[in-house]
Amino acid sequence: MLKYVLKRLLTACFILVGVSFLIYLIVRLMPTNVIESNYYATHEKTEGNAEALKQLLARYNLDDDSFWGIIKGWWIWLMNFFRGDLGVSLTNDKPVQEIIFANMGTSFAVSFVSLILELIIAIPLGIKCACNQYGKLDYAVTVFTMIGISFPSFFFAGIIIKVFAVDLGWFEAGGLSTPSLPIDVSGFELFINQCWHLILPIFVLTVLSIGSMMRYTRTNTLEVLNADYIRTARAKGLSENSVVYKHVFRNTLIPLITTLAGMLPALFGGSMIVEQMFSLPGIGNTAYTMTRGGDITFIMGYDMFIAALTVIGILLTDLMYVVVDPRVKLGK
Amino acid sequence: MDKKNKDLQPETVENTVDVITEPAAVEETPVVSETVSAEEDLHGENLGDRVKSLSPGMTVLKRFFRSKLSIVGLVIILSLFLISFIGPLFSPWGEKQPDMSGKETLITQTIRYEVDGVEYVAYNVVVEYTNTNKYADLDGSHWLGTDDNGYDVFTRLMYGGRVSLTIGFIVVLLSTLLGVVFGGLAGYFGGKIDNIIMRITDVLYCIPQLPIMLIFSAVFTGMGVAGIERLYYMMGILTLIGWAGTARLVRGQILSLREQDFMLAAKCSGLSVKRKIFKHLVPNVMPQLIVSMTLGLGSIILTEATLGYLGIGAPLGTATWGAMIQAAAESYNLNFLPNLWVPPGICITLAILAFNFVGDGLRDAFDPKMKR
Repeated sequence: MLKYVLKRLLTACFILVGVSFLIYLIVRLMPTNVIESNYYATHEKTEGNAEALKQLLARYNLDDDSFWGIIKGWWIWLMNFFRGDLGVSLTNDKPVQEIIFANMGTSFAVSFVSLILELIIAIPLGIKCACNQYGKLDYAVTVFTMIGISFPSFFFAGIIIKVFAVDLGWFEAGGLSTPSLPIDVSGFELFINQCWHLILPIFVLTVLSIGSMMRYTRTNTLEVLNADYIRTARAKGLSENSVVYKHVFRNTLIPLITTLAGMLPALFGGSMIVEQMFSLPGIGNTAYTMTRGGDITFIMGYDMFIAALTVIGILLTDLMYVVVDPRVKLGK
Repeated sequence: MDKKNKDLQPETVENTVDVITEPAAVEETPVVSETVSAEEDLHGENLGDRVKSLSPGMTVLKRFFRSKLSIVGLVIILSLFLISFIGPLFSPWGEKQPDMSGKETLITQTIRYEVDGVEYVAYNVVVEYTNTNKYADLDGSHWLGTDDNGYDVFTRLMYGGRVSLTIGFIVVLLSTLLGVVFGGLAGYFGGKIDNIIMRITDVLYCIPQLPIMLIFSAVFTGMGVAGIERLYYMMGILTLIGWAGTARLVRGQILSLREQDFMLAAKCSGLSVKRKIFKHLVPNVMPQLIVSMTLGLGSIILTEATLGYLGIGAPLGTATWGAMIQAAAESYNLNFLPNLWVPPGICITLAILAFNFVGDGLRDAFDPKMKR
């Protein structure tokens, strides 16, 4: 087991090196970066200033745009990365990990609540649908969840904002708290106010992702229902309730628990579009602004953060199989 | 979409795992039954008169059309295609042809002020003339009004459908082709080749899609890629990122098919590698491939729409559904001009929904374990 995990971790490191190289290469091909555009916003484009800019860029190893220069910049970045140093953001001179952790809270809160809601609604519904396959409920739920899967996030968020925040005015849909809130507001009131702002984004995220979870539960339950041990359970004369809630339910959870591990990136990485539409101060929104601005170190830090989460998610998924299902043995 | 793509992936893979062997077994049957019926014919008795047999393809089709949802999906797809490709021929407006009839807009400002306790109200009325008839209301000549350039929204919706649907098909075809070749190689040969190809797909899988597209868009702008070429570049990038999933699917299938008896038989008959891969292994992966292609079409349309919404997809002025929905990014349009962004949004949703319905129906139809 330990040997297997170590081997997988080593592979994961190689994958991350590959990802970092590709992203760094593409990022350096960007026509401009935030230092350059900020510099020329206050300085004139003259020969002398170009020289000064080059020295400024050299501080971040960004001055040499030849192939070997880029490779060298990447190597320095990679060495720092393995030392746990993601560098300093070009926009506001703060360490990248600090920015990521400072903005992660909101994103995590939103995704976590919507994940819990998703689980509470999707799993019972999926099992119910599978037990009445091709029933009225099954068709209705299938159609609704399919519509949920098919909604582009920005379109659905747009409609929700227009209807519930603008036309009806029930909820707020901009930022994390009302700007006109008095400064000496108590902690509890602020919390209520923030919850008020988060209801719509959480709703949007839940509706968008509940479908795939429901479908997944449904197919798995169908598979379990066809298994031999279910027939045995029925043959023993168990009541339908005890068949469904004891035998089927537990076995349906096996693949579901393993997919949970794969949701790490979505849980911590935030959602660019939804956060941007609701102007939430989350990590996704920050990443969007910084990427559009050309903040090279932040882009590298954020993208590698997501990539690392994905790699860990895959590894956890495989390990979870062994933990949850005793029939699965680690191979090779 | 950032989250959804990844969520969909495991579902497709997991569900299709079971279909491994059966199609191969079924495929042999029609040959046998044909010979039997031919023999029966010699004896003056036709088996077909008594027993009605269906080819595997027909069975799949029959099962597919039994599901109402797949028919709904198919009808939606066909009508979207027809309207997008034939519709513009009947429209008086063009894709980039502004309505030059001009427009007068009255901008009224109300100014309130107080002098000696008496309140006065003054109105400042400005008449703004524009050459183009922009933001026109919905009426007979503009079914869905006009946008800020005075372009007819309905006509652009149809032109946009052409681009969005075509992009989907091209990207899915290309990435499936790449995926089949690399996945087939990895699955068939195993060992070092397998290891290298799989690590590449791992790397591609870990790259976050949306941020990387944002960066690529900036790179293209820097390289001076403009006009319709930009669309081709975008399709290229989407293909390069997208083949990894198909490759994994094909590899997984081939790994298990390789151990089957019919492959041993193929080996014993001394068939060439090429023939074994493309005549015996790939056809057995076809059902899963077709399903994943159909679902992939929906997700490519979604990606294109997202890129368009962020303003980084299609070149300026070209109508695509994604580019049209970008109008919603401005809060005035979002709140007061829903005719600009709701119709393209509905089209995108309908298209994805239809492809999902059809993909789901196909998956059920191909699955021999289906009860009905």
